Amino acid sequence: MNSVEYDLEFEQPLTELTEEIRLMRQEGGELENPIRLQEAQEKLHSRMQEIYANLDAWQTVQVARHKERPRATDYIHLIFDNFLELHGDRAFGDDPALIGGLATFDNETILVLGHQKGYGAKDQQFRNFGMPHPEGYRKAYRLMQMAGKFKFPIISLIDTPGAFPGLADEERGQAEAIASNLALMARLPVPIIAVVIGEGGSGGALGISVADRLLMLAHSVYTVAAPEAAASILWRDNAHAHHAAEAMRISAREVLATHIIDGLIPEPIGGAHRNPVLAASHLQTALKEHLADLKGYSPEKLIEMRYQKYRGIGHFEWIA
Amino acid sequence: MEPKATFVAISEASQEIKQPLIVTKNIAVKCPECKEILFEREYRRNLKVCPKCHYHFRLGAYERIDLLVDPDSFVEMDRHLVSSDPLRFVSQSQVYAEKLVEERQKAGINDAVVIGYATIEEKPLALGVMDFQFIGGSMGSVVGEKLTRAIELAIERRVPLLIVSASGGARMQEGLYSLMQMAKTSAALAKLSEMGLPYFSLLTNPTTGGVTASFSMLGDIIMAEPGGLICFAGPRVIEQFMHEKLPEGAASAEFLLQHGMIDLITPRHTLRQTLAQLLHFHSNVTSQRVGQEKVLSLWSRKALRVGSSVAA
Repeated sequence: MNSVEYDLEFEQPLTELTEEIRLMRQEGGELENPIRLQEAQEKLHSRMQEIYANLDAWQTVQVARHKERPRATDYIHLIFDNFLELHGDRAFGDDPALIGGLATFDNETILVLGHQKGYGAKDQQFRNFGMPHPEGYRKAYRLMQMAGKFKFPIISLIDTPGAFPGLADEERGQAEAIASNLALMARLPVPIIAVVIGEGGSGGALGISVADRLLMLAHSVYTVAAPEAAASILWRDNAHAHHAAEAMRISAREVLATHIIDGLIPEPIGGAHRNPVLAASHLQTALKEHLADLKGYSPEKLIEMRYQKYRGIGHFEWIA
Repeated sequence: MEPKATFVAISEASQEIKQPLIVTKNIAVKCPECKEILFEREYRRNLKVCPKCHYHFRLGAYERIDLLVDPDSFVEMDRHLVSSDPLRFVSQSQVYAEKLVEERQKAGINDAVVIGYATIEEKPLALGVMDFQFIGGSMGSVVGEKLTRAIELAIERRVPLLIVSASGGARMQEGLYSLMQMAKTSAALAKLSEMGLPYFSLLTNPTTGGVTASFSMLGDIIMAEPGGLICFAGPRVIEQFMHEKLPEGAASAEFLLQHGMIDLITPRHTLRQTLAQLLHFHSNVTSQRVGQEKVLSLWSRKALRVGSSVAA
């Protein structure tokens, strides 16, 4: 297990246990009492497992938003080969918040799309914290059309707080850009797999996530509205974000229960940031499995199944 | 005239047409824009548009339908669909299940959209009309399902589709189910488009959030009422992120027209005309006239319709 800090509030018990172990070691514990030390380490490990097996919605949000959480580019470089990033929407600009390109996966060409949050302050600014502008969605549109033309499967890595809500974005048609992507993705004649690797921020996430298979990493979230936004409207105070997160059932585990997603991908204990290589390996396995399955269907059948997948989402009843 | 009589016969049989609420008292309203006091009768006569500054007041779904379609031509579908509170949602200010019952009674409508089939100048079309009065026109499972059924009706009958949008966005109380209605409706519209059928989208005040970012902006022709707030993010959110006050007229229908996002601004009194014109232009691509047998078969299908109780 990597030695990392436990910097999230709910990891406090782990910080305490780690401190105990450190003190034990300092006092020559390993030599004097190896059993006691081993027990302490086991206790730390099992406590960590316990905490991470039972995260509530707000705790999950914190892990999903962790500053060290692996980004789309991390998974791209760990899982795919020959990644060639492509740029521009051929109309206005290139959006660093939403990246796309061709790559090889299992000897096959795929199109990869992803939200990119950035590493460190400077890069995060450059990437606009993973909040795309209309040109980001339009770049995705152009690349997805191309993938449809050449029959490349599409893999989409979702990790965004949401589409950027600026005035200039309204001018350039943020809503239209997202809507067009939804309509396009619904009818593409290629397998599409979307994976929420961090935050699935509402329409901004959905704009590249209409798929045959929708998967989520175990500690990711998918929201209809950011908990802070929902709290400020329904609780009249965004300090109630944790209540909103609970009420909207945004954690991967709860979303799985709705059957809206097709599977959960396990994360290393303590979150993907504790062991990105292992996390990528789990993701790779899931992608391989789903892609192999989807390739068994004709394009027409895929489109029809995708239509039925979304057609069947909703909960309602009749009154007299 | 024959076709008209047919529609009248069906509408009587359906007993589903809800009459718009008729206020018998002579009350006054104040224009939020120019502050002019308007008497009930003149405000109604003017289609709920301020005669002084032309501010367009909100219309309920049934009022809107009444204004647009041929008299007695509207056949409502799936009126009795209601939300089933899938998340058992409770917030500080409300219990969603209770709110739903309350709103149904208050707004006189079962959810935020009415769908069905009608004619305008005898040309048939499928309709979905949203109603802001019901939980701010928010889109949850029922709105998504009903609009999708309206779209599928258009596909099935080979008629044009009109959707009138009025919404504060996705309904948070239904979580991800609400978000996915964006994908569901957009997928159905993509299918409609592939079949070469026209979809006319009318944006009214306000049209925001996940509704704008899905079906509203997918019209072959997009129209908006003057002065309406039409945006993705909403003024308050934009101001928060930009740390500055929005300029006058930002995120309005006129702003959208200026920035190339919509085709037309349609003042309310010209709306029916414009729609009739659009239907006429597109008459080569759709069923020209709907004969009696076709309409009757729609009716019998509807009467037998059990529908599927769809659990996600």
